Amino acid sequence: MATESRPTPAISAARPRLVSESLDAWFGERHAVRDVSLTVIEGSVLAIIGPSGCGKSTFLRCLNRMHETVPTARVSGRVLLDGRDIYARGVNAIAVRKHVGMVFQRPTPFPTMSIRDNVAAGLRAVGAHLSRRETDEIVEGALRRTALWDEVKDRLHASALALSGGQQQRLCIARALATSPRVLLLDEPTASLDPASTQSVEQLIRELRGDVTIVIVTHNMQQAARISDRTAFFLLGELVEVAPTETLFTTPADDRTEAYITGRFG
Amino acid sequence: MSESSLVPTLEVVENGEPTVFRIHGRHVGDGIYQGAITFFAVCIPLLVALIAVEIAIAGWPTFRHFGLSFLTSSDWDPVKKRFGAAPAIYGTLVSSAIALLLATPLALGVSVFLSEFAPHWLRQPVGFLVDLLAAIPSVVYGLWGIFVLLPLLRDPVMPFLRDTLGLGNTPFFSGPAYGPSMLAAGIILAIMVLPYIASVSREVLLAVPRAQREAAMALGATRWEAIWRAVLPYAKSGIIGGVILGLGRALGETMAVTMLIGNRQEISASLFAPGYTMASLIANEFSEASSDAHLSALMAVGFTLFVITIVVNAIARWLVWRVSRSASGQAA
Repeated sequence: MATESRPTPAISAARPRLVSESLDAWFGERHAVRDVSLTVIEGSVLAIIGPSGCGKSTFLRCLNRMHETVPTARVSGRVLLDGRDIYARGVNAIAVRKHVGMVFQRPTPFPTMSIRDNVAAGLRAVGAHLSRRETDEIVEGALRRTALWDEVKDRLHASALALSGGQQQRLCIARALATSPRVLLLDEPTASLDPASTQSVEQLIRELRGDVTIVIVTHNMQQAARISDRTAFFLLGELVEVAPTETLFTTPADDRTEAYITGRFG
Repeated sequence: MSESSLVPTLEVVENGEPTVFRIHGRHVGDGIYQGAITFFAVCIPLLVALIAVEIAIAGWPTFRHFGLSFLTSSDWDPVKKRFGAAPAIYGTLVSSAIALLLATPLALGVSVFLSEFAPHWLRQPVGFLVDLLAAIPSVVYGLWGIFVLLPLLRDPVMPFLRDTLGLGNTPFFSGPAYGPSMLAAGIILAIMVLPYIASVSREVLLAVPRAQREAAMALGATRWEAIWRAVLPYAKSGIIGGVILGLGRALGETMAVTMLIGNRQEISASLFAPGYTMASLIANEFSEASSDAHLSALMAVGFTLFVITIVVNAIARWLVWRVSRSASGQAA
């Protein structure tokens, strides 16, 4: 495994928020993630790129213990969230997911809930006992952070399905942010969106950077280059290389990385 | 635009005959085909309309003679030619309501279990057994009801509800425990409609996208919370559709209900008291309806049942439409 060659000074002082150590993951007999050790620094954006089926999404789903919800799925290794292993004996997967938010490829608003209730959905799950006003404040804060507030403030009680695809995805990000997770995982969040909506989501990620720790899986290399501090390249379930984004895209250390980013396969 | 490309083929001559003829022949086939399927398609609504009109005409003398009192009076006396169908209408609605009240939670429980919790090897056999409930003939349910359900109700169940739980103080569970009763009819109907509600709900729950469950779980919801807050609301309109299908069955069910409800022309608040339904009234009396007035009264009952079924279905469809409309976001 390659280590970071030149960490950017701004974040080198910061501490690691999420660390995977020798992580392996399987679907039945298929070994989808092989011995991945990777560090996510607090407040930074880590992009994971690689061809389809390289295990990048599976790796992401190991970081909040969603991988194991699929029948026959299995994980070994450690994932440290602020120093605590989320796979340690006695750790509750549901508790882990309350601290590690996730947004999926397709927007997944709850269709029978209003916009407000969608954002508040996670608050109830984490067991916060909030008054109506406190909930409203958190909802407004989350919608402001995702730049949705001005677009939806007059129709908070309308169905979430009345929103466009890009708005729905930002709503899902707002929903994940409402519970103030320590890490936000984004699994190809713009794969099902049109270019304008993609741009709005990318803009949002850039704004959250520094404030929220983000891991984003993308098959779009330009996207990784635009929004991430560091980029990891996965191939056939292995982590080939992780480096500051600029370094990885200009002077990759591994030949396979170079072959991929120059478009020789993928 | 295809006309220009068709023209040359029209002029092609095969075996001395222009192919125009064959093209023309194909048009005739299309016409016959279209005519035939249109005929079949029109036949079915026509049949429904015809049955409705025939029954309405046959029942018309009764409606004209008794007016609204046919629906509100409890006096049904074929000998004196006085006909009031209120107990039968009441019994139909109440027995169906009991059936839905009992069957819906059970059916939902079975379908949630089968779609979310059951191990894979268990899903097929249990689902099959539930569906099999729908395959048992109505008269067999009636027989089982008479020899198993009624004795059970008479001895432990009704006295337990009335005395032990103290529900006898309410009008709904008071009076002697004979056995044949509104409650017995409601229970047998619940068992009979359960497979319809369960199998529709199961299909609907299985159709809920995995992404919805994952979205809830990624927020830190437990499996139960994910089902309760994300999966069931998503499936709501389909589940209501299943309940309505069951209701339609319950309203018209005849044989088993006739065997268990006690067939008494009386409206009683107590579920322990015998009652009547429209379907069992018709089934019991059509063979001895010798006078024109009696026959017309039965036809009027049939027409009323028909209308009630249609109205209930219409309300239900409207309900499904409203739920799915608010789910698809047009309602604000």
